[in-house]
Amino acid sequence: MKTIKAIIASLALFAMFAGTSAQAKVEIQWWHAFGGRLGELLDEQVNKFNASQNKYTVVHTRKGNYSETLNAGIAAFRAGQHPNILMVFEVGTASLMAAKGAYVPMYQLMKDAGQRFNPNGFVSAVSGYYTTTDGKMLSMPYNSSTPVLWVNKDLMKKAGLDPEMDLSTWKRVGNALDAAKAKGIDMPFCTCWHSWVHLENFSAYHNIPFATKSNGFAGLDTELAFNSPVHIKHIQTLGKWAQEGKFKYMGRRNEAGKNFRAGECMLMTESSAGYAGIKKEAKFEFGIRHLPYYGATEAPQNTIIGGSSLWALSGKSKEENKGTAAFLAFLSKTDIQAKWHQDTGYLGVTTAAAKATKKSGFYKSNPGTDLAGIQMMRNKVTQNSKGLRLGSFDQIRGIIDEEMEGVYNGTKTAQVALDSAVKRGNVLLRRFERANK
Amino acid sequence: MEKRVFFKGWWLPALLVAPQLLISFVFFFYPSGQAIWNSLFLPDPFGLKTEFVGLDNFRFLLSDPYYLASFKTTIIFSTAVSVSSMALGLYLAALADRLIKGAGVYQTLLIWPYAIAPAIAGVLWLFMFNGNIGLASYYLKALGYEWNHTLKGDQAMFLVILASSWGRISYNFLFFLAGLQAIPKSIIEAAAIDGASFWKRFGTIVIPLLSPITFFLLVVNIVYAFFDTFGVIHTITSGGPEQSTTILVYKVFSDGFVSQDLGSSAAQSVILLVLVGILTVIQFKYIERKVHY
Repeated sequence: MKTIKAIIASLALFAMFAGTSAQAKVEIQWWHAFGGRLGELLDEQVNKFNASQNKYTVVHTRKGNYSETLNAGIAAFRAGQHPNILMVFEVGTASLMAAKGAYVPMYQLMKDAGQRFNPNGFVSAVSGYYTTTDGKMLSMPYNSSTPVLWVNKDLMKKAGLDPEMDLSTWKRVGNALDAAKAKGIDMPFCTCWHSWVHLENFSAYHNIPFATKSNGFAGLDTELAFNSPVHIKHIQTLGKWAQEGKFKYMGRRNEAGKNFRAGECMLMTESSAGYAGIKKEAKFEFGIRHLPYYGATEAPQNTIIGGSSLWALSGKSKEENKGTAAFLAFLSKTDIQAKWHQDTGYLGVTTAAAKATKKSGFYKSNPGTDLAGIQMMRNKVTQNSKGLRLGSFDQIRGIIDEEMEGVYNGTKTAQVALDSAVKRGNVLLRRFERANK
Repeated sequence: MEKRVFFKGWWLPALLVAPQLLISFVFFFYPSGQAIWNSLFLPDPFGLKTEFVGLDNFRFLLSDPYYLASFKTTIIFSTAVSVSSMALGLYLAALADRLIKGAGVYQTLLIWPYAIAPAIAGVLWLFMFNGNIGLASYYLKALGYEWNHTLKGDQAMFLVILASSWGRISYNFLFFLAGLQAIPKSIIEAAAIDGASFWKRFGTIVIPLLSPITFFLLVVNIVYAFFDTFGVIHTITSGGPEQSTTILVYKVFSDGFVSQDLGSSAAQSVILLVLVGILTVIQFKYIERKVHY
């Protein structure tokens, strides 16, 4: 009996303190999509911020994968139950930008809160994605990566190839795959994120348009354009490799990463942020290479990003917005950014973080980790290599994935599949344009 | 003359039917009305602005070849799930009905899969057929058969039918067993004495006497295949590859909640509502006539 009383008393006491502290501190809600190792690293950032000051408490909640997080945020917004900060992957950027009134633009948020914030401190290839054409930053870049070629050096040796051989073009990659197949390697090539790597980045890298109107940056009346001869050549090549058993299709997202980490796949195209997992799990010697390209084209231009940015949703009190601004400014600090970059393989999104990482000697002791940054910033960006800003893009990616599955299983030619994807995607773009006039 | 009971006044009957009416209103009429209303608009995802478009959402849908293909997918899928799970359920029930020893154990084990939620069942089958770690795909490969349901539409379809039917067999088994046990033994014995073979007895006595249960199961299974298999499809294929396993209800979900096209999603709900209405009328008007009670 006594113990029960004691428990109740201590609980009441705890509740009292918890109550007072919650009253004293302003709570900032953050919805995101990171689990596993990335989730731990994100939690670490939040804890650091909460410990660094006593006015605000940031509470983070994982809402599923990128698409699920965006959808949860949108549904919550309709119901008036939305968080202060929402993580939105790059594909959802156009949808948010078009929803004026759903968010507080980043430049506005920082200005209202009197927070010192320098948008020019960000790498322009990254911040350009989240900035309007007249130079106003709308959301805060959080994690950004770009696709690279991952090499299993042990399997290369098994295939009788020099693991340091030149793999800069798809032609050379094709030769390596032929050799691997001849030596009985089961999965010479695999890839993650088909549309992102083989059409979106492919377009930027070869300096050809993915869509008209500067890939959608210059207006909602954009049309898809990824059925050019160069695109068709590449997708047809992938289809041929799939038919010949040199390329194994494992799924639309990053399923193939599992096969690479398990040492089954010799060459894989995947985000530079595959680094965290590969470094932890791979029991073989691996290498990182630039994304291959085709000769006699304008490649290599530069690749574009994937990842997410943080949006401050509207309808929150001034006090809470101040807290949101303080937290986002904290995240862009050099030491936080540099650590994130080194731990995850995501790009250092501020120039200062990239410099600090270089100075620390991280790139020397972890060869290849600087390639993603170089590849993104190797040239002055063009209209075709700035990024993409297309409405309903999550859905369009779904369509592209579907059509590409038709090429891989041999029921469609690349020409038919890409023409069909362009046609079906354009219908959605027109619908989006109409809903967001 | 039929005997009828009349209540005096109106408030008691009104009070007695009120809870049912309220439930129907809250869970059926109100949402259906909303779906019909929303199907006439094209809203942006955040609900900040919306535009009246009349029947444009329906026009958009009916000109989409993938939406029309989804009808075919739904018919193939529901027929396969209903027929295979009912046939196997009946077969197992007929066997279990003849058991003399240990009937309880067999029956319990056969009912077991029904306790598993569709999403969990989906994950179980997915593990078995997973291209990386699946046992089934491993053995198939050893036999020289390349299994990759992420790429091959027919394999994906086979897998979702398998996973959806599996738990359903138990349910059908349970009802068929109860139906078989309710058939008076004397009829069957009388037929046996008259020299009717097992198959003759099964075809002319058992099947007709089971028809009310068969009809009930047919309706319930089709409704199940139409709506409750969502979890299985979501976990195994997410409707792919190339929408080959996207049944109508999955398309409502993916267009509404993944693509945030709420106008199109509402229009699809309306079409689905009409379709299920028609199916129910057909079932009760034409098939029920053949049922002997």
